[in-house]
Amino acid sequence: MGGMCCIAIVVGVILTAGSAFARDQIQIAGSSTVLPYAKIVAETFGEIYPEHKIPVIESGGSGAGIKEFCRGIGENTIDIANTSRPMQPIELQACSYAGVKDIEEIHIGYDGIVFAADIDSPDWHLTLKDIYQALAARVLTDGQLQSNPVKKWNAINSNLPAWDIAVYIPGDKHGTRKIFEEKVMLQGCRESGVVDTLRASGMDDKAIEIACVSVRKDGMAFDIDGDSSEGFAHITSKKTGLAVLSLSFYKNNADRLKVATVNGVMPTEQTVASRQYSISRPLFFYVKKVHLDIIPGLRKYVEFFLSDQMIGPDGPLAEYGLVVAPQTVREVQRAAFESR
Amino acid sequence: MRKGDVCHTTPMRRDIGLRQRYRAEMRFRAYGITAISIGMFFLGVLLWSVFSKGYSAFWQTSLTLNIRFDAAIIDPKNIRDHDSQVLFTANYPLLVRNALAEKLGVPSDDHLALHEVSHMFSSSVRVQLRDLVLGHPQLIGGIQKVTFLASADIDSAFKKQINLAGSETRRKISNRQIEWMHRLSADGSLHRAFNTGLFTLTASNRPETSGLGVALVGSLYMMLIVLVLSLPIGVAAAVYLEEYTHKNRFTDLVEVNINNLASVPSIVFGLLGLAVFVNFFGLPRSTSIVGGLVLTLMTLPTIIIATRSALRAVPPSIRSAALGIGASKTQTVFHHVLPLAVPGIMTGTIIGLAHALGETAPLLLIGMVAFVANYPITPMDPATALPVQIYMWANEAERAFVERTSGAIIVLLVFLILMNIASIVLRRRFERRW
Repeated sequence: MGGMCCIAIVVGVILTAGSAFARDQIQIAGSSTVLPYAKIVAETFGEIYPEHKIPVIESGGSGAGIKEFCRGIGENTIDIANTSRPMQPIELQACSYAGVKDIEEIHIGYDGIVFAADIDSPDWHLTLKDIYQALAARVLTDGQLQSNPVKKWNAINSNLPAWDIAVYIPGDKHGTRKIFEEKVMLQGCRESGVVDTLRASGMDDKAIEIACVSVRKDGMAFDIDGDSSEGFAHITSKKTGLAVLSLSFYKNNADRLKVATVNGVMPTEQTVASRQYSISRPLFFYVKKVHLDIIPGLRKYVEFFLSDQMIGPDGPLAEYGLVVAPQTVREVQRAAFESR
Repeated sequence: MRKGDVCHTTPMRRDIGLRQRYRAEMRFRAYGITAISIGMFFLGVLLWSVFSKGYSAFWQTSLTLNIRFDAAIIDPKNIRDHDSQVLFTANYPLLVRNALAEKLGVPSDDHLALHEVSHMFSSSVRVQLRDLVLGHPQLIGGIQKVTFLASADIDSAFKKQINLAGSETRRKISNRQIEWMHRLSADGSLHRAFNTGLFTLTASNRPETSGLGVALVGSLYMMLIVLVLSLPIGVAAAVYLEEYTHKNRFTDLVEVNINNLASVPSIVFGLLGLAVFVNFFGLPRSTSIVGGLVLTLMTLPTIIIATRSALRAVPPSIRSAALGIGASKTQTVFHHVLPLAVPGIMTGTIIGLAHALGETAPLLLIGMVAFVANYPITPMDPATALPVQIYMWANEAERAFVERTSGAIIVLLVFLILMNIASIVLRRRFERRW
């Protein structure tokens, strides 16, 4: 039948395609936080250098991107992994087992993490200690770790509204969660003196860390699986909630959101850049050096990304919400890439 | 008293539970109506939320202005005759900014105001005017009426999707820009037009130039691949299993497996596709060929099951009659049984395709959940799919992507409705009852 003939042709095409395939398009995968920035660079790159195709950028999270990146070397593997955290030693090891040894880490800037509420809510002035006390699974009561009894914000700090605690936090698969645990929960734990008390009681550091960063699961804090837009959707329907969002997301929706100060500092690009606002994370991408000479346009793309035209303080990435790295860092980065 | 007497005097009717049985029927009808109303209510809420947010995506705010193609800006050194590169890198947005500033009466030394003027229109004018000038170099020095896109923020503000009442510092559009917007709209330079770009443009970081083009082509390629592969394979498998084999332990095993595959979560097919097609056969990632193959695997069980039940519905008398007048087994099947089963097969295939069209999970692992801004020429080029584009837009931060997400859902729903209507029409027209 005709159908069989079609199958034969398609199968034939598939089997021959694998070997005859040469890639002329850069392939990138990784963090959904870096995605908007990478998209801006990729599209502008395609407009300025029309002889190159616009890179394909997959979005699946930092971890998934690194996994693809470490699959091996060659045209069938991706060239760049976008991440919202540095690569961990175990990932570097996996990479080098697969033959991906020579990789360049490129730091593109910072992203602030903010606590946002509905625009009509009163001003929020939080401290790391408040947040820790509101969200910890277990808190110190009479020298013992016991499940957190606090139900309302004003029970922690009388300046806060008399609302039920409801905080939407990105789930475990997001790079944001790790930063939240490290820079909010653990730090809040230290600032409220819990760490010292626990250490004095003979608990080891690992156990203290786990006790500090575990977030309560009794319906006051909610893990969200999606991106910032999901957190945003939650607080637009539950007006008394707080959502943990990225600063760039807040900037794009400032007409509907109000952002909380943390330890008295308002999150802005300036305060994140100067490190006054402590909850931020670095954004990176990693590129396979071997691919620089195989994939057409890859070297040009990286150079274009690193130029001040893109990641500079007046560039389109800063306008979208990227907190740019200091000039010296950018220059060192560029010199390091060009010198090789 | 008297009435009671009458009651007593009439003979007792045999209790056959009539009233109870009527009541049971009434109750069941009420349950049924409640069930349908609940379903209709949620469908209504879904459609309302999608359409109320999404209908505005089909209109886009544009500006029409007379633009002076100033040679001093495009080619200040007058070298374009021997160096065409200059036409390529010229500062085209400046032409539009100057034209707009002139129209709005903004002085040429008010840099802050000029900065705000240049945020009124989409930066896609660079490519638009560049292509215009490269195609018609004689435009340089002259004046030409050009229609171009307004920026996404102006578009959202014009559609009243940005809260303009709040403080100026809290929104991405200033009071001055709003006033300009109203002025331009009053004299007709700023207007709404049907958003053809939604269907023709590719993914973009600018909401105003984002479209479903790549996703539509990618979905089309994948549907073609699914149709071409799964229909013949599925029908051949079903005909063999139904007409040629005898029921034994082996066919039972095959049947259990096929039914099982039909209910396997689709992400599993994605894992399989990644392992087999990408890593083993070395097919390129993110391409519609890999997506089509994965969706073929997913659709096959649906088609096999539908075909088998369609074949089973053909009465045995047809087979007996054909065999009786001397047709061979194969002639019986292909001349008589299969043609009668075609409506059922078509319905099953269309439903399988509609299912595949709406699938995202298996595409995630083979790299099709991606930003792709070049049209795929062949199925071997990177592409996305309609549901994937919806997912990508839903995660965007800009306000203007909200309406596009819902707009894309409307487009997908229209395709699904068309396919499902087609399957009903086919069944109505060709189905035979015995």
